[in-house]
Amino acid sequence: MTEHSYPNTQSKKTGILFFMMKARATKPGETYGVPGQGDTLLLSILSILGIIFVWWLVTTMGWIKPLFLPSPQAVLFKFINVWNNGFTNTPFLEHVGISAARVFGAFLLACMVGIPLGIAMGMSPIIRGIFDPPIEFYRPIPPLAYLPLMIIWFGIGETSKVLLIFLSVLAPVALGARSGVKSAAIEQIHAAYSFGASRWQVMSQVILPSALPEILTAMRIGIGFGWTTLVAAEMVAATKGLGYMVLTASQFLQTSTVIMGIIVIAIIAYAFDMLMRFVERKIVPWKGRM
Amino acid sequence: MGLSVREASVIYPTVDGRPPVEALRKIDLDIVNDDFVVALGASGCGKSTLLSLIAGFLSPSSGEILLDGSTVQGPGADRAVVFQKHALMPWLNVLDNVAFGLKLQGVAEAKRYEIARGFIALLGLGDFEKSRVYNLSGGMQQRVGIARALTCDPKVLLMDEPLGALDALTREKAQELILNIWHATHKSVFFITHSVEEAIFMGTKLIVMSPRPGRIAHRFDLPFSRQFLGGTPAREVKASREFIALREDVLKIIFSDEEAVA
Repeated sequence: MTEHSYPNTQSKKTGILFFMMKARATKPGETYGVPGQGDTLLLSILSILGIIFVWWLVTTMGWIKPLFLPSPQAVLFKFINVWNNGFTNTPFLEHVGISAARVFGAFLLACMVGIPLGIAMGMSPIIRGIFDPPIEFYRPIPPLAYLPLMIIWFGIGETSKVLLIFLSVLAPVALGARSGVKSAAIEQIHAAYSFGASRWQVMSQVILPSALPEILTAMRIGIGFGWTTLVAAEMVAATKGLGYMVLTASQFLQTSTVIMGIIVIAIIAYAFDMLMRFVERKIVPWKGRM
Repeated sequence: MGLSVREASVIYPTVDGRPPVEALRKIDLDIVNDDFVVALGASGCGKSTLLSLIAGFLSPSSGEILLDGSTVQGPGADRAVVFQKHALMPWLNVLDNVAFGLKLQGVAEAKRYEIARGFIALLGLGDFEKSRVYNLSGGMQQRVGIARALTCDPKVLLMDEPLGALDALTREKAQELILNIWHATHKSVFFITHSVEEAIFMGTKLIVMSPRPGRIAHRFDLPFSRQFLGGTPAREVKASREFIALREDVLKIIFSDEEAVA
């Protein structure tokens, strides 16, 4: 017997590079090699605390002037102050309420129009042919670019503000519903027809329920666009609202109010997204499972 | 009476300048009374196209499909289909899945649940009425699919490789279950499979199809499912001398087709 010499690939290797190249065997209950599995809650909390700590450190040590970045305490005090005394003679909750009404109102309208429109586009080449060009044309344009047009056409009242947000939500919702129409497996559709379904029944009882997960995802994406557009919508002739508050504060270099407003918007948007995820788990528990 | 396919041909039109494909050429087939017709053949031989014709998803380029004497115009509950997979509705529980066809036909809720419960019991799913279908095993999902098609009381039950996605043991049990149900309900069945053993065991009539153009190359009348229903254990039927001899003959036909194509 001769000794074969193989390249030594079996030797124990250590170090971060090796760790990244090959996962270790998993614990029972997990699946080997699934990308990105593991709980993130603890790290997320640490991440938030870390950011706040660094923020506190650089401001308290005086490395950054309060004009550019006020301290966390200052932002918190500003929040309490605005909560108690309002901003520009309007109570804080009224700012929140008016902004929420604009965003959620526009969001509801966009869903009422966008979901049926998207489904119709998915179902009918005629509807798709008609509506695809205008939607694809305006979709990539930043709302700020057509804001002046909205004002020229619809004035400086609520209409142009809600319409601007509506348009920013409409495209993602409609496109999501449109692609959701393709979620139903052809076997499901054929099965329904073979049991005597009409075209309308196939749409309402097979295609629509199949599309639900994707429609809900599109709604989550859509409301995100809504919040993004809020500040732009409240740039012109607004006297109330969170976007108005942030913009006005920035003109007076009240950086703490700017940051406070941003955090409030983020918290409301995040809370709504959590609600949508909860709704998703409740009404489409089968998402991704068949 | 029953279902008959008369000189049905299907020609798929030209794609990208390639010549038209003759998927089926002059198919003649009768499925009457309690026939259990099994279609077997190499892939691309037109089995699924033939099922689509009978189901009414596809109209023949020439020839016709008759059900009780009248031409088949489109899909309908008298020819309910059981698919290999992906055909259940995950947003419905087992009971509502089984009652789905009746709901589409406008049967009132109490009545359709009553009928559905009967078939749920027949397929041994009694304890799973309220279960979510995605939580069931593959074998149980197929039983839901079969129960769902049976509630429609089809004249011909169409089965498109219904056991193709099951593991070997579950598959043999499911074969026996389907035969027992066929025996109990006296349905005509049209059944597609890739498995030679399954085909010979289950069918009363076997058609072996050949590709290019898709056609019925051989027909066999089979006694084995009757033997099983008469009380002989399934493995004993499948291990009998006649069964094995026929299985090898049919395998030879199919392998030579595969080679002719390759």
